[in-house]
Amino acid sequence: MHNLRAVYSIWLRDLIRYRRDKYRLISSLAQPALFLFVFGNGLARGLAIDVQRTGGGQESYVSFIFPGIIGMTLLFTSVFTAVSIVWDREFGFLKEVMVAPISRWSIAVGKALGGSTVALIQGVIVLLLAPFLGLKLSFLTLIALIPLMYLISISLTSMGIVIAVKMETMEGFQMVLNFLVMPLFVLSGAMFPLSSLPPWLSVLTRVNPLSYGVDALRGLMLGPSLAEFPLGFDVMLLSIFAVIMMFFAVFLFNRT
Amino acid sequence: MIEVRDIYKTYGDIEAVRGVDFTVHAGEIFGFLGPNGAGKTTTINILCTLIKPTSGSASLAGYNVVDDAEKVRSSIGIVFQDPSLDERLTAHENLEFHGMIYGVPKVDRRGRISNVLKMVELWDRRDDIVKTFSGGMKRRLEIARGLMHNPRVLFLDEPTLGLDPQTRNRIWEYIRDLRQRENITIFLTTHYMDEAENCDRIAIIDNGKIISLDTPAKLKSMVGGDVITLSTSDNKVAIEEIKKSHSIEALEQDSKIVLEVPDGEGFLAKLVHSISVSIDSISLRRPTLDDVFLKLTGRTMREETMGPLDSFKAQVRMRR
Ligand SMILES: Nc1ncnc2c1ncn2[C@@H]1O[C@H](COP(=O)(O)OP(=O)(O)OP(=O)(O)O)[C@@H](O)[C@H]1O
Ligand SMILES: [Mg+2]
Repeated sequence: MHNLRAVYSIWLRDLIRYRRDKYRLISSLAQPALFLFVFGNGLARGLAIDVQRTGGGQESYVSFIFPGIIGMTLLFTSVFTAVSIVWDREFGFLKEVMVAPISRWSIAVGKALGGSTVALIQGVIVLLLAPFLGLKLSFLTLIALIPLMYLISISLTSMGIVIAVKMETMEGFQMVLNFLVMPLFVLSGAMFPLSSLPPWLSVLTRVNPLSYGVDALRGLMLGPSLAEFPLGFDVMLLSIFAVIMMFFAVFLFNRT
Repeated sequence: MIEVRDIYKTYGDIEAVRGVDFTVHAGEIFGFLGPNGAGKTTTINILCTLIKPTSGSASLAGYNVVDDAEKVRSSIGIVFQDPSLDERLTAHENLEFHGMIYGVPKVDRRGRISNVLKMVELWDRRDDIVKTFSGGMKRRLEIARGLMHNPRVLFLDEPTLGLDPQTRNRIWEYIRDLRQRENITIFLTTHYMDEAENCDRIAIIDNGKIISLDTPAKLKSMVGGDVITLSTSDNKVAIEEIKKSHSIEALEQDSKIVLEVPDGEGFLAKLVHSISVSIDSISLRRPTLDDVFLKLTGRTMREETMGPLDSFKAQVRMRR
């Protein structure tokens, strides 16, 4: 009971901080909008053929990458929020939480829920751009998208926490951004069909959790014909990944 | 209430704590006094379960700090030496968060928060973002937070460093009052003499070891009587002359001569006559804990006048 309240407080704190941070709200919209504009227009012609080869002939490139852009938003926000643990350590606030009479798992869980809720909010904001891209989503699809986006967020936030727990400095975080988050994004199929990659890279795309996230988003938004796997399969893999990461995060928190 | 048995803590080559052993009784105000790097904060971190000792054992309220860490944490409150607030939250939100994770019931929370905020005179600023606070205000808020959940054992790591005297007095009043009402045990480290005098017992710690542990009065009685400080035109000559005519030990500290005598008043006249070089100033006082430290280690701790490192630390705090 007490630990649940701790989860709630840690979750609430992340939301309060998010609400105050207007800069993040703006940049969360600006980045996807920029991607959609640049890639949607300029590069569309060059890549259109590839998209058609995947079987989704009638879809424009902008709508093809739109689920990918949402995946990108979820990825960046999740990791960023999780890595605020490193900030908390640097500013000493983490000590305040670590000496509190609460189980360490509640810190990890609270942080994971907080980060993924913020990511979900950001994802929904980007989703609101859909009508401007000529993408029509049924009400049912929208309802189904919310839990899916939350599942993706929670698996990515837990992954972020696993990285952040052991990280001492912000410089280390910068390295993670370059060597983990960017490749996760590029090799997720967010911007181009994975089938257009050379086979040796497919090993990497197969172990990339975001691949399944983007695939599921795309299947839901554009129709199953554009997805590589059935929705149920994507959701299952994402759930397994989320559970493993969550356990790992709790384990690491317990040891510090 | 706190039992510490032969604790060691090493960081690579650095031996931060080298065999510390003591007991703190329930309801006691127990002080740690020692120079920078003595191992005070490291000991506190071990007792509040933030770090594990390399060897040795410690228990608090009957719980082992390694094996029953969670039970230990539910018995303590702590004001850290370094800043530990969420600067993006308001003062009130920081305390609300604290109350929630420390399990202060909702009905009590509001009253407690207003009590402690009024005590540190931050009630008017309760809805301001902490980032906009001055260093001293942040410190006051941290103290308010540490006192808010009425812990059984309260750790205060240099709680009032950089605060003005009025604020320090008010905080001490609150702490003494709290102890009387709730019978809490207080463990503190400090660099201020008057604060150390508030303690029931004091452990003097140097280089990771406790070199003496007793009541302030007993500690001071180790210094043989009164302390005379004088400066002369040639301290070396003066020290020689004092040794020859009175056969007592005199030390030079910060270009001043320091000596201890059983009966200060009676000795002053004799002293003045025995020195041939001119005397610039002379003073007599009761011994302080600093004198005790000097006696035990041959070095000063520099608490009353802040040493360069301390004022630097205070500045660092203020800036954050
Ligand atoms: N995380 C750490 N890694 C390496 N060395 C450390 C670490 N923490 C403390 N030390 C070392 O342990 C020794 C004791 O440090 P500690 O912080 O306990 O001193 P202190 O008595 O609190 O001093 P101060 O009065 O300056 O606060 C110092 O030499 C310090 O450099
Ligand atoms: Mg210290």
